[in-house]
Amino acid sequence: MSEQKENINQEHLAVYEVFVRSNRGLDHKHVGSLHAESPEHALMYARDCYLRRSEGVSVWVVKASDITASQEDDIANFVDPMDDKPYRHATHYVLPDNVSNM
Amino acid sequence: MQSVDNAAEQIEFDRRIVEEQKIEPSDWMPEDYRKNLIRQMSQHAHSEVIGMQPEGNWITRAPSLRRKAVLLSKVQDEAGHGLYLYSATESLGVSRSELIEALQTGVAKYASIFNYPTLTWADVGAIGWLVDGAAIVNQISLQRTSYGPYARAMIRICKEESFHQRQGYEIMYELAHGSPEQKAMAQDAMNRNWWPALMMFGPHDSDSAHSGRSMQWKIKRVSNDDLRQKFIDQTVPQIEVLGLEMPDPEIKWNEEKGQYDSGEINWEEFYQVINGSGPCNYQRLKHHKKAHQDGEWVREAVRAYSEKQQTKKENVA
Repeated sequence: MSEQKENINQEHLAVYEVFVRSNRGLDHKHVGSLHAESPEHALMYARDCYLRRSEGVSVWVVKASDITASQEDDIANFVDPMDDKPYRHATHYVLPDNVSNM
Repeated sequence: MQSVDNAAEQIEFDRRIVEEQKIEPSDWMPEDYRKNLIRQMSQHAHSEVIGMQPEGNWITRAPSLRRKAVLLSKVQDEAGHGLYLYSATESLGVSRSELIEALQTGVAKYASIFNYPTLTWADVGAIGWLVDGAAIVNQISLQRTSYGPYARAMIRICKEESFHQRQGYEIMYELAHGSPEQKAMAQDAMNRNWWPALMMFGPHDSDSAHSGRSMQWKIKRVSNDDLRQKFIDQTVPQIEVLGLEMPDPEIKWNEEKGQYDSGEINWEEFYQVINGSGPCNYQRLKHHKKAHQDGEWVREAVRAYSEKQQTKKENVA
């Protein structure tokens, strides 16, 4: 393996997911991911990569392997049953015509 | 009282409040701001949890499968709302067990309305319509509260709660348009729940111990009396649609003010119930303690599982 190839090998780096709060008071939102050798470096890379245009006031980086996630293929079973509970929505209840503001 | 060391932080904090910026958990904040938030947010969380009891009382006796499913769903929501609020409160550096302890020893309060009994099925309707209705008026104003995690919890809760009030009103509407006995039951439940619902907004602004500073800090955004008036103004027309008698004979439209006049709340009752002498205070706390104790085996199992997983990991390593 040439030295150059060795240098661009990222397999020893962990994947970090990046979350940015665009403004105080808002939730942090997932914006993307990156490779880094430590959480501290991930934070710096996130700043350099995802905050070049004042996109946010706060950044979280989370090691992707630390995230426990649902399986998208199985989501129907995982959150099921939902479609048979329409009464969880306000629109399920018909208000008399002369009642507004509820 | 802030020490000189905190002067710069205090200035920064004050600037954020003035500029309508949110305060986030990692920000410096005055100790009294933190304490005030813990008091208000935990009281709010406790109310969600204790509030499950009066309604839960009717789950097994709901008059139809649909009503039962709806009520179950609503009570389930309240448990979730309790969790959102406890988690947000914990971001201020207080633990769940401390919060529960404060509730069970009576140090922390919860909404006094939940110390009243649910005597008939119509109470379930009246609670959804009036109690959740009053809570929504308050919570809409709190979506703009200055503490970020509290504001975000309020936004989530308001979104989910929209069905609570409507299902209650639907129950009331059906009863009010049913047999004379059903209509009387609706009238009675409304009459009994009306005043405690108005008390949910707290004492008059002039008598409210925490209001002044909370408004300055923008923890509270609208005063108790203004919120109460808003609730009365939006609810009176709904009573008219139900075709029920007004629960307060002094309710009258005031053309000049553009709002309804209404009678005075029995504040003596309010303070009695807050301070432990309501009809169900003892029962509510007793049940909470029992549920907590009865759940101990679950916590124990969780601890055992966690230890087992830890040992497994160590053995592999």
